[in-house]
Amino acid sequence: MSIAITTQIICFSVLSLVILIGALGVVLLESIVYSAFLLGGVFMSVAGLYLLLNASFVAAAQVLVYVGAVNVLIIFAIMLVNKKEDLKPISDIKSRRIISTSICLTLLSLLIRVDLTNAWSLSNPQNSIGEESTIRIGEHLFSDYLLPFEVASVLLLMAMIGAIVLARRDVMSKDISTGLPVDQELIEKSSEPLLTNKN
Amino acid sequence: MMSLEAIPIQAFLIVSSALFCIGIWGLLNSRNAVRVLMSIELMLNAVNINLMAFSSYVDNNLIQGQVFTIFVITVAAAEAAVGLAILLSLYRNRVTVDMESFNLLKW
Repeated sequence: MSIAITTQIICFSVLSLVILIGALGVVLLESIVYSAFLLGGVFMSVAGLYLLLNASFVAAAQVLVYVGAVNVLIIFAIMLVNKKEDLKPISDIKSRRIISTSICLTLLSLLIRVDLTNAWSLSNPQNSIGEESTIRIGEHLFSDYLLPFEVASVLLLMAMIGAIVLARRDVMSKDISTGLPVDQELIEKSSEPLLTNKN
Repeated sequence: MMSLEAIPIQAFLIVSSALFCIGIWGLLNSRNAVRVLMSIELMLNAVNINLMAFSSYVDNNLIQGQVFTIFVITVAAAEAAVGLAILLSLYRNRVTVDMESFNLLKW
């Protein structure tokens, strides 16, 4: 892709601003639903950054997997567990906020210092394969990264089975603790939580 | 072919550093468990931006960073699925998503 330098810089600035402001919105906004949709915007902007880096395949994978799967999953989870609850106040919330913010700012300054002072050994841009990257990724996946590729497929299968087992509603005929018959309706009834601590 | 001198690599690295720190802040400070999972996704995306920048500026012939990014995306998808399933079963047992109430392993 050959875009003028000014266009690239403008695109980069806009995408970075969207990413940073969106990420701040994700962690700071009161409503979790707004956070989820802003997270989708952040994922789309990251895909735009990948396009600026000449990686169209990874950008497409980012849009498909993150926006299409992970974000939709998060929105479904919010829909399932979204209950208005007034949280218990924490006594030392101020000191916690101060400590965590100072840790994050220290880490940020450290990382930015490393980013700016280290001399990166950049390679010759004439060697760049540019738009051929999809072909090269395919070659990598089926030659020297074949074992990780196969392990990733096993990992996805395990994650799928594990998610089903964990999230499944138990359909046993009798309740284990009380011995009473369980109603087999699909809609979750509100029941007495078993493990709630008393304090 | 794109001339890579246009945007310095440091710009990408600073954006990913800031995104990573925002993710850590959200991870430490959120009380909603879903928001904790979102913060983890933000941190994984910061790492991905880093890998992509290095693969295109340092290793632009054998783009191994892009392959690593594909694997990270795969693992992130698996992590999100299992994490949200754990969250659902946790919600079924404790009827809350408040991180402060999940203190069974606290000593």
